Amino acid sequence: MPPDTPTFTLTLASLKRGERGVVVDIDASDPLTQRLMTLGLVEGVEVERGHTAIGGDPIEYRVFGLGMSLRAEQAKCFAIAPPGSE
Amino acid sequence: MSTANHTVRVSANNIPIRKRGSLSIAVMGTPNSGKSTLFNRLTGLNQRIGNFPGVTVERHLGGFQENGQQIELIDLPGTHSLSGYSQEERVAVDVLFGRAAGQSQPDGILAVVDATNLYQGLYLVQQLLELGLPLVVALTMGDAADRARIAINDSRLSELLGGTPIVPVVATTGSGIAQLREALGNMGGQQPAACKPVWAELTQVAKNLAQQFDLGDEPLTIAEIGRSLIEFSRNPEGLDLLRFPDASVAAFESHAGALFGSEPALATEARIRYGWSRDVLDQVQHRGSRLQGLGARVSGFFSRPVPGTLSLFVVMAIVFQAVFAWATPLMDLIDGATGALSALAVSLLGDGALGSLVADGIVAGVGSVVIFIPQIVILFLFILLLEDSGYLARAAYLLDRVMRMVGLSGQSIIPMVSSFACAVPGIMATRVIPSRRDRIATIMAAPFMTCSARLPVYALLISAFVPAGTVGFLNLQGLVLLGLYLFGIVMGVLTALLMRKTAVKGSGSSFALMLPEFRMPNVQTVLIQLLGRVKIFLRRAGTIIFAVTVVVWALVYFPRADLQPVVEKQQSELSSSLSPEARAQALAVIDNQAAAAQLEQSWLGRAGRAIAPAFAPLGWDWRITAGVIASFPAREVVIAVLGTIYAVGDEAEDATLASRLKTSTHADGTLVFTFPVVLGLLIFYALCLQCAATLAVIRRETNSWRWPIFAWTYMTSLGYLGALLVYQIGTR
Repeated sequence: MPPDTPTFTLTLASLKRGERGVVVDIDASDPLTQRLMTLGLVEGVEVERGHTAIGGDPIEYRVFGLGMSLRAEQAKCFAIAPPGSE
Repeated sequence: MSTANHTVRVSANNIPIRKRGSLSIAVMGTPNSGKSTLFNRLTGLNQRIGNFPGVTVERHLGGFQENGQQIELIDLPGTHSLSGYSQEERVAVDVLFGRAAGQSQPDGILAVVDATNLYQGLYLVQQLLELGLPLVVALTMGDAADRARIAINDSRLSELLGGTPIVPVVATTGSGIAQLREALGNMGGQQPAACKPVWAELTQVAKNLAQQFDLGDEPLTIAEIGRSLIEFSRNPEGLDLLRFPDASVAAFESHAGALFGSEPALATEARIRYGWSRDVLDQVQHRGSRLQGLGARVSGFFSRPVPGTLSLFVVMAIVFQAVFAWATPLMDLIDGATGALSALAVSLLGDGALGSLVADGIVAGVGSVVIFIPQIVILFLFILLLEDSGYLARAAYLLDRVMRMVGLSGQSIIPMVSSFACAVPGIMATRVIPSRRDRIATIMAAPFMTCSARLPVYALLISAFVPAGTVGFLNLQGLVLLGLYLFGIVMGVLTALLMRKTAVKGSGSSFALMLPEFRMPNVQTVLIQLLGRVKIFLRRAGTIIFAVTVVVWALVYFPRADLQPVVEKQQSELSSSLSPEARAQALAVIDNQAAAAQLEQSWLGRAGRAIAPAFAPLGWDWRITAGVIASFPAREVVIAVLGTIYAVGDEAEDATLASRLKTSTHADGTLVFTFPVVLGLLIFYALCLQCAATLAVIRRETNSWRWPIFAWTYMTSLGYLGALLVYQIGTR
């Protein structure tokens, strides 16, 4: 289950369309977050935010050129930093 | 343990798994890596589609000759990892570890890696390498990689993978296939790759455990223990402890604790393994300045909220139009052929019990199912095209928000859409839904979607009782049909909502999906899959439906009433002054009356009379009741049964049956099919679960009798209540 209170301030959900960020920390308690990690969304990868479906959710992200879509609540489990700031 | 006792196994459906002098190779790859296309390219039509014993995961087997050696390929479900996340992945893992029933362990592995997605491909490949089986990597989509300006240094990659052969192929053009066959043919003598395990700590702990409990030191054993350690930390109950001595549980606990600490094991694994993937990627892959390919631009368009959603509706409308409009001529053709075949059977076998069994039972019964093949072929063709092109994933993404309101996720869209053809493939398609709660709710909602078997029932009743007028520019009959479709959707959605609030309540639905870029669907892959689906459907028509129609036929045919004297008496009483046409007509009336009298005292007629009081509050007479009872195994049977009951014979045109229904009366002379009865009947057929095949597939997919029994009770009660309500209010 996604955590009720987001622990990170800057997350994948805070990106705007076309913006990029590097994943720096992950709250991996939710099995779905673990699944996303198994798909390659881990610390150190650069992520670009793509389009959003009608209603603001789910959101499309690109990782190494791959499209992935996740809901905002899931995106909040991935803390990011601006690219190159690590 | 894993290698000792697998050589003599033969699969449940008698496919010999390993022949002398042959090589069995498992084909593994991530979803959308072009694995199926490559498999089809390698084996052509020389393949068999079946199921893995005990599960509904499809098993594709195929083979080819290389250098006088028979190579048997097992196409395993696409998987990102060996973590056994879904049922498909668990089957793949079981086969690799040689513990799948009816499937011996493969001699080697062909890993299919998408050159444009080396990042995820390497995640899987490194896990396959650790199994210690000979491995060949086929690097697919080289053409797409070129277009995306991605260059891969094959020889450096092979080096980093411990000398694993890398064969670049383009499955659509066939380039590289000969080299791949050669590499697979040489696999027998190939040494396992020499490379260090990526996750050294895990391997070390697994080795220690193997030594401590004397489990052997084969790489496969070590890999399996490692996998079990990860599984154990995820779910201590789920570990198949029979494979390990009792005493090992405590050791597992302490080792798993030391390895993963408080972090979930899968998260630790992803960090370590993707770290290695990135490292390798840096050394072998060069990305030019990114060029927006056509696929990417199309994907971009369909992902934009407004154009994406609008085009989704257009696509859906085209699919429905195709299913209902394009299929009609073909269905008429099949209908004609069935009638001709029945007539032929009667002329060859006479009109005794045998002739009747073949003509009215077998040909008419199976024909009433085969007639849906055009619709099913067209619908599946579209679904496969949309799936293969990557569109269905977009549809799931676009509609997630809507589905969320009823406690489901976008991933329920595909099963729901499939259920408009038939709930059976729809329910099978729920396997992609990771959450069991979402999955059960979707399975319960799917049978409410208006399937192709409900359509002929609706068509009959609507054409008989809804006037053909127009409302504005809309056709009234079409409007009623549309209303029934919407009613099914609404009831399905409400059911899903109800399920998520009661039986499978819990945290909200979840959704996370890969969005592959658009690409041209591969014609061969789509056609081969379509053929497989149609075969599965026909096999069902040939077994379940066949059995049901024979049983229903017997219930209508027996016991025989001795009507011959009555018929002969009536025939002799016919006035000799009648014209030939009038005489033929009069004779037909006598035959029809005889058939009706036979039916009335048949087992089915008796059952209808016995149960009729229970359905009297719905306004039904014994004839409707008998027809409805007979159609519980398959709802479309009702038309054939009503045809017999209303004494128009099985060659009746729909129009004839319709006019019979319109003039049918109760004993007191009042009409049977009043508006409230017809509406109630439509509602009943919309809601009731009259389909043995659906119940069987729910049983298989949920692995319990609980859900099919619940679904049947729930939907039948709803149907009864719906028809009761409509009749009682309508007759007030």
